[in-house]
Formats: sequence, structure tokens, C-alpha cells
Amino acid sequence: MFPYEKYLRFSKFPHIWCTGCGCGIILKSILRAIERIKLSKNDIALVSGIGCSSRTPGYVDFNTLHTTHGRAIAFATGLKLAKPALKVLVISGDGDATAIGGNHFIHAARRNLDITVIIYNNHIYGMTGGQASPTTPIGKKGSTAPYGSIEPSFDISGLAIAAGASFVARATCYHVVQLDKYLEKGFMKKGFSLIEVLAPCPTYYSRPNRLGTSVDMLRWYKENSIPVEKARTLSEYEKKDKIIIGILEDRERPEFCEEYKKMAERIRKS
Amino acid sequence: MAKQNVNAKLMTGNEACAEAAIVAGMRFFGGYPITPSSEIAEVLAHRLPEVGGIFVQMEDELASMATIIGASLAGVKSMTATSGPGFSLMQENIGYASMTEVPCVIVNVQRGGPSTGLPTLPAQADVMQARWGTHGDHSIIVVAPSTVRETYDWTIKAFNLTEQYRIPVIVLLDEVIAHVNEKMVIPEPETITIIDRKRSTESPDTYQPYKQNDSDIPLFADFGTGYRYNVTGLSHDETGFPTNDPQKINALYSRLSRKLERYQDQIIEYKTEYLKDAEICIVAFGSSARSAYRAVRLARQQGIKVGMFQLFVIWPFPYKILGRLASQIKAFIVPEMNLGQIAHEVSCAIKSDVIKVNRVDGSLITPNEILERIKNVSV
Ligand SMILES: Cc1ncc(C[n+]2csc(CCOP(=O)(O)OP(=O)(O)O)c2C)c(N)n1
Ligand code: SF4
Repeated sequence: MFPYEKYLRFSKFPHIWCTGCGCGIILKSILRAIERIKLSKNDIALVSGIGCSSRTPGYVDFNTLHTTHGRAIAFATGLKLAKPALKVLVISGDGDATAIGGNHFIHAARRNLDITVIIYNNHIYGMTGGQASPTTPIGKKGSTAPYGSIEPSFDISGLAIAAGASFVARATCYHVVQLDKYLEKGFMKKGFSLIEVLAPCPTYYSRPNRLGTSVDMLRWYKENSIPVEKARTLSEYEKKDKIIIGILEDRERPEFCEEYKKMAERIRKS
Repeated sequence: MAKQNVNAKLMTGNEACAEAAIVAGMRFFGGYPITPSSEIAEVLAHRLPEVGGIFVQMEDELASMATIIGASLAGVKSMTATSGPGFSLMQENIGYASMTEVPCVIVNVQRGGPSTGLPTLPAQADVMQARWGTHGDHSIIVVAPSTVRETYDWTIKAFNLTEQYRIPVIVLLDEVIAHVNEKMVIPEPETITIIDRKRSTESPDTYQPYKQNDSDIPLFADFGTGYRYNVTGLSHDETGFPTNDPQKINALYSRLSRKLERYQDQIIEYKTEYLKDAEICIVAFGSSARSAYRAVRLARQQGIKVGMFQLFVIWPFPYKILGRLASQIKAFIVPEMNLGQIAHEVSCAIKSDVIKVNRVDGSLITPNEILERIKNVSV
């Protein structure tokens, strides 16, 4: 058994998450990936915004910072710049990261700041009771989209790639083996890394949309996901409504903390 | 030829603010450009990399406020600067800093408002927003210098206050102080007091980030130094974790407001002139205080018994001190570039009406306007 207790603040349990929520699956994957990169707990900061997913920091034994809705990445920016030796990880929901916090998300990616952002994409606002989010698919219901959403949804990973992230990967709560690997790679990558994880919210997404239990959602992920390598060989029609998983971007770009350091050294020499 | 002081410089308020922040030990600035505050960011973009600090231009003011809190949690003194619209955007995270007791300084170079208002003209209309802009009962300290030299001194004091009490400090400037060029004698470093937040020396194993102690000010631990603790804007207990326990919630809010109450006598500062025998008192701050001083001197030349009370610290407000003055003073005159925000507080303090001199058209209140009112009451 993996020694989760090494990282968990057990005294803070029981956690707030519903039975079948994807938050726990992702948390466990994060801890396994952290174990593999062999960093001391003292050197890791976990920053989050507001939402069900953003409650994660309270349960883990790192330097933890639970901030305001949407602003986790902006808080993390100050923390990372002020203490570059810290490994700064951000946990955010789809609403937190791409609605209210969308600006910080794209700008941190543009700067290519060396942090890893993990977005739990459950297609809904969980914490506030199931309102539509920027990733609610067209036609799917939320409490504020009772007739089904008519808005096109965001491609979170695509957004990060377009904005300049060094590393972008997508997985689902079914594909945990891959998720472990993507997280580990993301943590190790110099620059802005984004891991988007599709996660079930049985309470507020599956129920109103009659998508069954959490197990049904996991099965749905399994049957509808295609690896990015395969997706490249498929037509748009064949890819429609599929979840493309895998490492979507992995490139070298100048990193913000390092560029700042270089600039400061140049100035002090001259 | 007169001896020249090598430390004398011509400086604007914005420049003085930026330089003083560096002297205070500020090494992290996150901001977003906005008139009339932008020069603070511009000076610091130059200076901070030179002194080993970080300057970052954020994507908006929400981010600016957030990022300085993040930096301060890493133990670095941090600040941002803005004006009305940006100050409005910062409010939620100012509340976060107040709730989590993270030291930071926010400079608001006031312009007329609401909305985009008067970007290039002075106003003093954010007195109430500075105190109550974020939601909920909370502690905040607000200071308001009136000259370039005072801006220098009060920027340093702002850092000292935020470090000492772990309460966010807002420096209210206005367009005139920000942009006026005045002769500034840079004080010798050894004459300047610098205060740093008290850090815990306890073992990380037993450290509690909000542990009650006699001072009501918890001991700080920098993120990433072995103290692994939790910070949240939710109501939390002494261990830093969210709580719904009414007793613990009550203990937190009581301590947060007690911090400001019990130290207010140390925090409050003001300056008086000609008050001893005065029958009329002018209460003013910022640019309006400059005109008020002039008016008081002119009136004294005419034999009118008028004195001056200049507020340096606006919040906490010196209710008790002004209240005690009330028995001696027959009229209080309050000039300010808003429609009566400080006048209202003075009125509460003296339990009576005050004479208001207001302007909201982007022009300074002139000494003559104040003098006229002084003459009106003295007859
Ligand atoms: C400024 C602000 N606006 C609104 C809210 C209310 N709110 C809390 S969480 C949330 C949405 C959470 O959804 P998401 O980010 O997708 O996370 P999830 O709960 O699904 O994990 C909202 C709107 C808030 N806390 N702050
Ligand atoms: S509401 Fe949804 S996201 Fe929130 S804990 Fe429950 S299942 Fe998880």
C-alpha cells in the first residue's frame, strides 16, 4: 500500500467531499507523483482557490494556502517569485480557473512561471450547488442552465497551450496510471505546467444530467477517451465528443523566475 | 554660497513613496498601471532588480493584491499601488490579508470617483472605502501624508505598522502629493526605525500560526522554512484550519478587532499647530491640510484664534482626542476633497455638527476658501 498517511493531515478528516467525488482520486494521484519526485514536504506549497476541489490543501501536510475564488494562481505567483526554491502547485476547479480566474490562468501560462496547475474539471460549479461553468458542454444541464447550456465550452488544455504553457496534459479520473505519470512530468518540468483532469461530480453534474453513478462516469471516460497520438490520425468527425488524453504539449520555453534572475544579474553587473 | 545638503533632492510624492518603500525593506512589488499612481510602479521596476527585489506587473489589480500576499507569506515585505478603480478591485483580497493577518502595504493615489471619475485630478474621496471597502468587520490601518517628505516617512511607517500588527496598511495619497515636486532631504539611515514582523522561534512541530498570546498578534513563520501550516480566508482556529465552532469563530473575530482597539493609542498620530488657545479648529489631512495650514496662519495674522489638527492616521480615527478638544473649541471646520467623509467622523467624535468645506471638482481647496469660513465663524 502506498504510504498516503505520510502526506495526509488525518486529523482533518472526514473530508467534505461527497461519496464518489473525483477529488479524492486526484488527490491520491498527486501524492503518488510527489512521492516519486522525492521532494521534502517542507519544500512544497499547495495553493488553491475556492470550490470543492480547492479544499484539497486543508487535508495535506505541505505549506498550504487556501485563497480567494479564482485567485490561487496570482497568490502562487507572489509566493514562487519570492521563494523560487519552493515547488508551487496550484489546485483549481474549472470555474475557479477558467471563469473568475481565467485571466490569471492565461497570464501565468504566458509568463511561463514555473508552477504546476492541476485543474479538476467536473464541468460544473460543485461547491455552490451545480451551476453551469465555462466547461459545461452544450446541452448539459446545470441549476442555472435548466434547459441545457447554450454556451460553447472552454477547452482548458487548449487555452493553456495557446497562452504559452511549457507542459500540458489531460487525463481523467479513470486513467490514474497515466495521471500519476503526467503529474510527475508536470512537477519536474521547468515552466508552467497544466494537468487537466476530468472528474466526476455525481451530486451536481451526473444527477441532473442523468449520467448515472460515479462508476458510470468512470466507465464513460474509459469508453470515450482516445490517446492524443491516435487522435492525430483521426478526422474531426471521428474525434467529435471524444476526450483526448495524453501529453498535449511539452516544449522548452524561457521560464519567468530564471529570466528575472538573468535580468537582475545583468543590471547589477552594468 | 550656502552649504548644499548632498542628501537634498527634488522629488515627487510617488518617487518618495517608492524610494521609502525600498528603505523600509520592501522587496516585492506587484501592480497594474493606473494614473496617478503609475510612477510608483515605474520607479520600482527600475529599482527593485537593482536591490535584489522583485517587480512584477500583474494582469490586473485582483492579481496585484493576491500576489503581494503570496510574497509576504514567503517572508518578503511587499506592496502594491493603485488608484480608485484598481482599489475597488483589490478589496476582496485586502479582506483576505486582514483575515489571514498577512502584512502588506497598499498605496492608493486617490482620484475623483466613482468609476473612472477624474483620473488626472486630485480627490480625497476614498476615506470610507479605505476603511470599509472589503466586506465584513475587519481591521485595517489607513495613513495619509500631505507632503513629499511626509510621504517618505509615512511609507516607512506603513511598513512598520503592517509588520508590527499584522494588519494591512493603506497609504492614501492624492494626485497633488503624488505629482508635486518638492525639496526632500533624505533622512540618514541611522535615524530611521525599521520594524520586522515577529517570527516564531518555536519548533515547527508545535507551531500554531494563530496561537493566542498576550500581545494578540500571532507569531509569523515564513512559508518554506519548515513550518508547514495552513492559511485560509475561511474563519479558522488557532491552528489555521477552517472551523465552524462558534466559540472559536468568536475568539478569532474578537482578537482581530481587539488588535486594532488595544493598540490604537500607539497607532494614531496627528500634528497640531496653534491649538492651545484656539477657539476654532481645522481638521484636515492630505493635500487639504496644506491649504488649511496656510489658512490658519493667515487667520492668526488677523488675530483669529484658530488652530490646526492634521490627521496622519485616519483609521483608527482619533475619536477620543477630538472629543476631548470639543469642550475648548467652539467650531470645527473640516476641509476635504469629498462631500464630507472625514467631517462625518469628526462630527461623531465631538458629538455635534461641523462646518464642512468640500470640493469634488478636481480642484484643490484654496487657503482663501478655508479662511472665509474661519472669518465667518469668528464674527
Ligand atoms: C468572488 C466569489 N464569487 C463567488 C463565489 C462563490 N463560489 C464558491 S465556489 C464557486 C464555484 C466553484 O466551482 P469550481 O471552481 O468549478 O470548483 P468545484 O467546486 O466544482 O470543485 C463559486 C461560484 C466566491 N466564493 N467568491
Ligand atoms: S458537489 Fe461534486 S465536486 Fe463537490 S464534493 Fe460533491 S461530488 Fe465533489
